[in-house]
Amino acid sequence: MMHQSLNLLPLAKLEVGHHLYWQLGNLKIHGQVFITTWIVMGLLLIAAIAATRNIERIPKGIQNLMEYALEYVRDLAKNQIGEKEYRPWVPFVGTLFLFIFVANWSGALVPWKLIHLPEGELAAPTNDINTTVALALLVSLAYFYAGFRKRGLGYFAKYIEPTPILLPIAILEDFTKPLSLSFRLFGNILADELVVGVLVLLVPLFVPLPVMMLGLFTSAIQALVFATLAAAYIGEAMEGHGGEHEAH
Amino acid sequence: MNPIVASASVIAAALAIGLAAIGPGIGQGNASGEAVAGIARQPEAEGKIRGTLLLTLAFMESLTIYGLVIALVLLFANPFAG
Repeated sequence: MMHQSLNLLPLAKLEVGHHLYWQLGNLKIHGQVFITTWIVMGLLLIAAIAATRNIERIPKGIQNLMEYALEYVRDLAKNQIGEKEYRPWVPFVGTLFLFIFVANWSGALVPWKLIHLPEGELAAPTNDINTTVALALLVSLAYFYAGFRKRGLGYFAKYIEPTPILLPIAILEDFTKPLSLSFRLFGNILADELVVGVLVLLVPLFVPLPVMMLGLFTSAIQALVFATLAAAYIGEAMEGHGGEHEAH
Repeated sequence: MNPIVASASVIAAALAIGLAAIGPGIGQGNASGEAVAGIARQPEAEGKIRGTLLLTLAFMESLTIYGLVIALVLLFANPFAG
């Protein structure tokens, strides 16, 4: 169908659902996602090491950049979780933001298509639903942990708290949160890459550039949205209704 | 693939993305209009309003993206292909 007709054209290939499989014990894993994920992690590590190698009182160069990133992430967590409890969650939220941001931009900026794999093609790691589902489940675990840590078993009170009638909806919410988080990120990144791919296929020069710029913009926004939502869920789990009563 | 399944999938993919675009379109229009009205009333709050607007637009956008995900599944990874 559409897939085949796209593959007939020699200029660019769109390979949705073709992967470079690696066999790891009983598991079949998507190798191309692992390669790009490692590259992204390497980039982040190198940036972090370079920025902290010789710290100066007056930051300049890469140290300045990383301090700006840290402040940005810290403000994000502080706005969502609250002044009192945000500090332990800065590393988690910050890691999510930086990883997704660099991963999304690597898909748009690095010319992965020049590197040929035996099967499948290199792209942003967030282009694969497994990556985004894993990240979203991490967020689920994190907010459950935050809720239990702060409020103990009283955390379950939120399920029946204004009225027990809303119990099914409250339980459903725990499933829709990771679902919407993962689908949002996956869909946006895949849509960006598909739109760019289709345009490159139709007009290879210059015309895709504005769409690529739009892709960079939405990629950054999606990283921000993911981190903001993760922080908001964590904040919500810790706050609960009990916290509100104390505040009054 | 069975031709009936194929044609039904293509129509369903088109409907999924088309219908999913209606609601967020209206919502984004409303939100943007209100944001412009807010900026007109209080120009000094522009930065804050723009930040919030972009975030909310991304949330609405994601509803269309859900439709797109369904459309992509139907086109590229059809579970009924057999």
